[in-house]
Amino acid sequence: MKDLQLGESGTICCLQDPEMALKLLEMGCIPGTQVRLNSRAPLGCPITVVVGDMADYTLSLRVSEAATILLK
Amino acid sequence: MAGGQLLSGRAGAGVSAVQLENAALRHPGALTRIALVGNPNSGKSSLFNQLTGLNQKVGNFPGVTVDRKTGISQLTSQHRAEIIDLPGTYSLYPKSLDEKVITDLFYDQTSPQYPDFVVVTVDASNLRRNLLLFTQLADMGLPTVLALNMMDVAEQHGVKIDIPALQQELGVPVIPMNARKGVGIAALKIVMAQTLDAPTGQFYQPAEDLLPMIRQIRYYFNLHNDYLALHYAHQYRHISFLKPDERTYIQELTEQYGFKPTDQQAQETISRYQRINEILLNCVSVTRTEQNEPYSNRLDRVLTHKVWGYLIFFSVLFLMFQAVFAWASYPMDLIDRGVAWINGLIQTNFDGPLINLLTEGVLAGLGGVLIFIPQIALLFAFIAVLEETGYMARVTFMMDRIMRRFGLNGKSIVPLISGVACAVPAIMSARTIENRKDRLITIFVTPLMSCSARIPVYTVLIGLVVPDEAVLGIFNLRGFALMGLYLLGFFAAILSAWAMKLLLKTQERSYFIMEFPVYRWPRWKNVGITIVEKVKAFVFQAGKVILAISILLWVLATYGPPGRIEQAETAARTEATRQRLTPEQTEARVASERLENSYAGVFGHVVEPVIRPLGFDWKIGISLITSFAAREVFVGTMSTIYSVGQDADQQTVQQKLAAEKDANGQPFFTPARAFSLLVFYVFAMQCMSTLAATYRETKGWKWPILQMLYMTGLAYVSSLLVYQLLK
Repeated sequence: MKDLQLGESGTICCLQDPEMALKLLEMGCIPGTQVRLNSRAPLGCPITVVVGDMADYTLSLRVSEAATILLK
Repeated sequence: MAGGQLLSGRAGAGVSAVQLENAALRHPGALTRIALVGNPNSGKSSLFNQLTGLNQKVGNFPGVTVDRKTGISQLTSQHRAEIIDLPGTYSLYPKSLDEKVITDLFYDQTSPQYPDFVVVTVDASNLRRNLLLFTQLADMGLPTVLALNMMDVAEQHGVKIDIPALQQELGVPVIPMNARKGVGIAALKIVMAQTLDAPTGQFYQPAEDLLPMIRQIRYYFNLHNDYLALHYAHQYRHISFLKPDERTYIQELTEQYGFKPTDQQAQETISRYQRINEILLNCVSVTRTEQNEPYSNRLDRVLTHKVWGYLIFFSVLFLMFQAVFAWASYPMDLIDRGVAWINGLIQTNFDGPLINLLTEGVLAGLGGVLIFIPQIALLFAFIAVLEETGYMARVTFMMDRIMRRFGLNGKSIVPLISGVACAVPAIMSARTIENRKDRLITIFVTPLMSCSARIPVYTVLIGLVVPDEAVLGIFNLRGFALMGLYLLGFFAAILSAWAMKLLLKTQERSYFIMEFPVYRWPRWKNVGITIVEKVKAFVFQAGKVILAISILLWVLATYGPPGRIEQAETAARTEATRQRLTPEQTEARVASERLENSYAGVFGHVVEPVIRPLGFDWKIGISLITSFAAREVFVGTMSTIYSVGQDADQQTVQQKLAAEKDANGQPFFTPARAFSLLVFYVFAMQCMSTLAATYRETKGWKWPILQMLYMTGLAYVSSLLVYQLLK
């Protein structure tokens, strides 16, 4: 997910870090969910992503955290 | 939905209002206990404020350092309920100590604190993710009400919710509402006044192969359902009320059945989302508001822009600074003068040691507490507005990367900067930092930022040794010196933070994953309640400590070893008569002699050997001790103590200090001494109000004591270096 371009979307494939995965799952980052890179902080990290294709909401997370999310 | 009885015990359906009244009359003391739970940003605080108003109490959860907010809500004319506001969370599997208080509450069925039912607030515009927590709570087997909050936002997003269908699917009462505007509160109160049954359906069934383990735990602890037993298997290490042998019992079971908590939790979350998706398919329809981007994201283009973002942020800070620094000074003067006026009134009309204790000890201490109220109120007004609007999340977002290098967090920026005005409200504002380690580091280093109370000390000493010269034509050398002191404090703060990052170990993992809330207008009621709450917390909790130390300091400065003060006074008066001093000069002389011979003075002499390497004598020693009440007291004390043996024409403190001679008849305040003293004031912890605030925020004496030792140690070593190098 960290390699997405601004405005680009992808679908979550799997979560790599088991402990972080629990947090991400609770926040709605379920495999199969669509995510879109919404913005980057001025220094490149953290980033915000828009999660879901129905009732959208925005999450912010650090690049290192986003790196554990693989997209397909 | 069953009609109900207010008090404990399940009533059957159809209890009439008369019976209800009787029930209330029979047990006038008992209250329904209602827990308020929800995701962060789901409007839980707004709902809590709407339900309880100013009827709130902040206490402690037993054993942990988390605020426990409770309030009494008048549900109907007959019914009152106690509402417990729990920390915002995304699930019932706790990830931080704050979240652990939630599970502690729901795990122990036998506890007198066990809630009668739960109100779950959910953000209707974000139903899918918010329902996760709801389904977990419902599976715990507690009677539950769903407060479907933020209906207005959902509508804006084109989300249509079929409420009867949702109620049918979830099996609990669903109340659509807009807590910020108070819409739906009345309906919620009516439901809350009734006895509810626990939801019957289960949203999640644990896997078959886990059932034998779950059942054994369930029957061993006599729990009312499987899901709770599953949580015991998951969390037994962290459940505070379990005995060691009970933990061993669960541990053996989990090993025997090869229970993998992480896998199970991940599966459970996914399975719950699947179930929620099915439910939402039947109850929610979304009319796509085209590609029309939410206004929030468009606003973010500017507010988190690499140039405009920082510019706007610094303007906001500037305004905040102005408020805390400049605007607050008017009410502060008023309080100062008010206390002085009352003091004067008492002193002119009464006399005696008890009156002195009252005026110079108690009232002065009380004044020292009250004087901070304007700054605290203004700072928290700003912070509350920034939080309420959602701007704070953007500040965190922009500053996180920079602050993280130093072991801080994007949210540390506000306390650090507020620390330039006053460390007391600044430390209180570190509350917004969820991560414990980050928060502790922030609290620890904030007092190193030069606060406004240091300004009088800085000005007097800089004026003494730095020439009033222009640099590069337009800048003033004294101004540079002042800026240097501020920068010194700032760098000390971030370097200390960095060192603490390396030293402090934590089990809690630091996440930044958080919801980016949409921008909203602040609710002034919430802002007002925050201000009242913070001021109350300061006055009643930190205030006690400050008052106690003020009285102690008064005793130390007023009394001395038996007979000594009286002797000194008689000697001073005789000497004054001999020199034919005016009455004012005599009184100044007497006051300074009394101070020198008080316990504080004696103590000044005792510490002299310790501070001599820094270039300080016993007179500065006394000032350092009395500074502990508040740094600006330094100036007053120096003024009193240096009146000894000087001509009457030295009026200002600065003149008095400049006239002071050392043993060789040279000026006592050399640049080395003055800079040493300045550096000491930059670093030293000399503020009991700050210590009291740290005590309150960390809920123990460990951190304030460490903070004092560290800062004073740092001050000592730095002053030593400065004096020895410049001497």
